Amino acid sequence: MALPRSFKRALWVFHVATGSCNGCDIEIVAALTPRYDVERFGIMLTGTPRHADVLLITGPVTKPMLPRLKRIYEQTPDPKAVVVVGGCGSTSGVFYESYNVVGPIDEVIPVDVYVPGCPSRPEAIIDGVVKAVAKLETLEKSRGGE
Amino acid sequence: MSATLLNAVWQGLIILVGGTFLGMIYKGLDRKLAAQMQGRIGPPLRQPFFDVVKLMVKENVVPDHAVAWLFNLMPLVSLAAVGTLLFYLPLGGFEPLLGGFGDLILILYLLAVPSLAMVLGGFAAGSPFATVGAQRELVMMMAYEFPLAITLLSLGWYLSSVMPGAQVFSLTVLASNPLWGLVGPLGFIGLLLLFCALMIVTPAELTKIPFDIPEAETEIAGGILAEYSGRNMAMFYLADAIKMVVMGSLTVALFFPYGLSGLLGVTGGIWGSVIDVAFYLVKVFVVIFFAVIVVRVAFARLKIGQAARLFWLPITGISLLGMVLLMLDRIV
Ligand code: SF4
Repeated sequence: MALPRSFKRALWVFHVATGSCNGCDIEIVAALTPRYDVERFGIMLTGTPRHADVLLITGPVTKPMLPRLKRIYEQTPDPKAVVVVGGCGSTSGVFYESYNVVGPIDEVIPVDVYVPGCPSRPEAIIDGVVKAVAKLETLEKSRGGE
Repeated sequence: MSATLLNAVWQGLIILVGGTFLGMIYKGLDRKLAAQMQGRIGPPLRQPFFDVVKLMVKENVVPDHAVAWLFNLMPLVSLAAVGTLLFYLPLGGFEPLLGGFGDLILILYLLAVPSLAMVLGGFAAGSPFATVGAQRELVMMMAYEFPLAITLLSLGWYLSSVMPGAQVFSLTVLASNPLWGLVGPLGFIGLLLLFCALMIVTPAELTKIPFDIPEAETEIAGGILAEYSGRNMAMFYLADAIKMVVMGSLTVALFFPYGLSGLLGVTGGIWGSVIDVAFYLVKVFVVIFFAVIVVRVAFARLKIGQAARLFWLPITGISLLGMVLLMLDRIV
């Protein structure tokens, strides 16, 4: 089934920190403040992955977070998109080769969009979320709108 | 016979669709105005429609631990109960469709059904978050049902003492005999107190801040709704929207059943009803604005103990005082 237009206008995001320094998390919160106000695009932060359309994931995957990240990914109902926020989620960044880090997010779950930056700016995060949905749409189309 | 039945079915459909639409618009207004009060731009007015369409597209997950049939049934029960409520309320100055079949007492019971359905759904979800949320919802219900019942019953009692023999709990009778004109000064204060109690019960009944303790997103991850997704979630969403109209209409019917058409001198006819419906929409909006939107922006969430104490002591006290004043008004 093709995604209706409303899908893009009502994205609920769930925020997962898998071992970040909290820098990116604060930028995500900044995107919710009156200055950036993502709710005007219908983007809302939810408290549970069951309500989420987009997973915003920050930080490298630490060993304790590995099973939990997989579980959260599986708990999110389809169709869903994964957005990695920040340099360390994309490449492990400053935590590269740390003894307690499994690796960047895309070694654990499939990632749709990478938002670079240390930390990423709120504008970039909003852009990343929108790009993730655009990608979902093209995926649905290439599958022949089944 | 069949023509009247067909007519009733048509009217029922219109009420259901209209009530849902209205609820969604009020929900959109709620989010927009709350955003504006916080200095944000806020989502467009039709945001709730986007949300529901999106939820319908999403996968409907039933967790492994859940009791599947109960889990899937409860959103339906909740939606059906609030839908039924619409038939018993005078909407837009018209007689309630099923007004002859149920009264205020039935409404009181029906109002408890959606909350109970959410409680059962939460317990059936088998998640600790949902279980905690369901327990909190039960505590909330025990807390706010008493003042709500006192408020509704005192109004009925007063009317019965003024007009013996009338069907005082019928909403049509209540709405056509506004109590403000019947009471003396003591009763006026009593009515005012009862009205305050109802206004404070409203956000609790709708599980809105500061009484959204069963759904507390930040501490118990959406509580009762934590495991709901897709279609089931959409049904709860719709039920919540309609419940807003129901509570608004109930308050309007009990305390402000006045129409504008008589005042403007255009009783009867199309224009009379248009004016009345428009005025009714404004009245419901005003009730929702002060009982839900302003309160939700101005306050933070209470703890469950604080909320229960608030309802059991001060709010019950206020409503009891209102009742006693109404009784004194009859005696003096
Ligand atoms: S990318 Fe930088 S700011 Fe973001 S979590 Fe990693 S170290 Fe912190």
